[in-house]
Amino acid sequence: MNHQKSTFSGKGIDLISLLVVIIIWQFIADFLIQRKLILPSFTDVVSAFVNIVQTGVIFMDLLTSLVHFGLGLFAALIIGIPIGVAMGWFKYVNKAIDPLIEVVRPIPPLAWIPFAIVWFGLTNISAGFVIFVGAVFPIIINTVAGFKGIPRVYVEAAKVLGCMNDRCLIRHVALPSSMPSIAAGIRIAMGVGWMCLVAAEMFGVSSSGLGYKIWWHYYLHQMDYVLVYMLILGFLGLLIDRVFRWYVDGKILKWRKGVVV
Amino acid sequence: MGHLSVKHISQSFEKDSGESTKALEDVSLEIEDGEFVCIIGPSGCGKTTLLRIIAGLDIPDSGQVTLDGDTITVPDPRRGMVFQEYSLFPWRTVMENITFGMEMQHVPQAERLKTAEEYLNLVGLEQFRNSYPYELSGGMRQRVAIVRALANNPSVLLMDEPFGALDAQTRNLLQQELLQIWSKKKITILFVTHSVDEAVYLADRIVVMSARPGKVKEIVTVTLPRPRDRTSRQANELRNKLLEELAEERKK
Repeated sequence: MNHQKSTFSGKGIDLISLLVVIIIWQFIADFLIQRKLILPSFTDVVSAFVNIVQTGVIFMDLLTSLVHFGLGLFAALIIGIPIGVAMGWFKYVNKAIDPLIEVVRPIPPLAWIPFAIVWFGLTNISAGFVIFVGAVFPIIINTVAGFKGIPRVYVEAAKVLGCMNDRCLIRHVALPSSMPSIAAGIRIAMGVGWMCLVAAEMFGVSSSGLGYKIWWHYYLHQMDYVLVYMLILGFLGLLIDRVFRWYVDGKILKWRKGVVV
Repeated sequence: MGHLSVKHISQSFEKDSGESTKALEDVSLEIEDGEFVCIIGPSGCGKTTLLRIIAGLDIPDSGQVTLDGDTITVPDPRRGMVFQEYSLFPWRTVMENITFGMEMQHVPQAERLKTAEEYLNLVGLEQFRNSYPYELSGGMRQRVAIVRALANNPSVLLMDEPFGALDAQTRNLLQQELLQIWSKKKITILFVTHSVDEAVYLADRIVVMSARPGKVKEIVTVTLPRPRDRTSRQANELRNKLLEELAEERKK
């Protein structure tokens, strides 16, 4: 009894399903709809992609978008983590800040766009700010949650071993202990930030960028290009998430192997 | 040196409902340098509370604890503690756990590693130096927890039912190892347990505590020669006597 059946249901199946979808897509676009504006075909999209790579446009777009995203995420990290740490460790800070956060948090990040423009003008910082607003709250909230979940015995063991003051306990116990929760928060923040990217670039902070180009090509009715940029946003988002998970699980959280997530 | 002196400790806890429960009432105890003392008592009698006060983790309502004449108010590295739960830092390797205390005392790294290596040898866990706690069995974790406390060179080691979660065989083995370490390091050990067997096997003196509020009911000096035979006639007699006393307390 060799498990011959399993070879059929094995690896190739995801590739086959992808191929089938592409063929159906091409068929529908070419023979049923026949209008590039409504549904560009797979080959339209491929040639549009080849075009933006050949002209080099894509690289400027990638760079611009990564600058926006990086600015927003970086600001969210260096502001969100310290706030989360202070709230999670000191009860009175939590009491003081928590109501403020609960009021500001439900405001959709995109609602901040007018203020972003008023405060920062049509600049990269303005786009970064919108992404920051989307990314900072998941980081704060998960940092606080991580700190609340620190087993008391770790703190007490550290105290007995001579790690006495708040600074020492935060650095050597609280932060490493809540790292899984903080990392999960950063992951969520990256997802939210990425989603804000298109909107953040929509109002003309730059003349390139993945999100900007979606609108630009839409105004030109080049839906094949719109679709290319949509797909790039999707794949790049996936890639960023994968790289982050690989780095965090492999390096920072390797002590957690064997823990079922 | 490790002379512990516990004087007239009382402690009560406030419940959410506002009523307070007395956990300890006027507990006094003298523990000599190098002595191995076990505390037994019915569950909820405040054994752990007493140990936490001695560690400096809790502050008593009244009374004071002194170590070699110095009053204890906060934790400090002169008193090591081993907890009932697994308390190793899961994000640190075995080696990094053992060096934690020395790191806090700013001991130079070369010296930290050397000391830690000695302690790893002491408990035979050399090949696990770079393992994370999740890779260790319960017995190994508690061995590491013990040497982590010892690596800080405390004069008193406080142990709160450290073998409570282990199976019987591992438990016996760790008791033996602990005695070996104790005779090598010549430190004072205060060991809380709910197991009469454990107390009879380990202790120079056994402090029997009464049911809540916890008081010192009796202090029994164990004269059995070491190494002890767990099932010798004298050991059995002592065990019976202690079990009867505990049963009495439980009825209350």
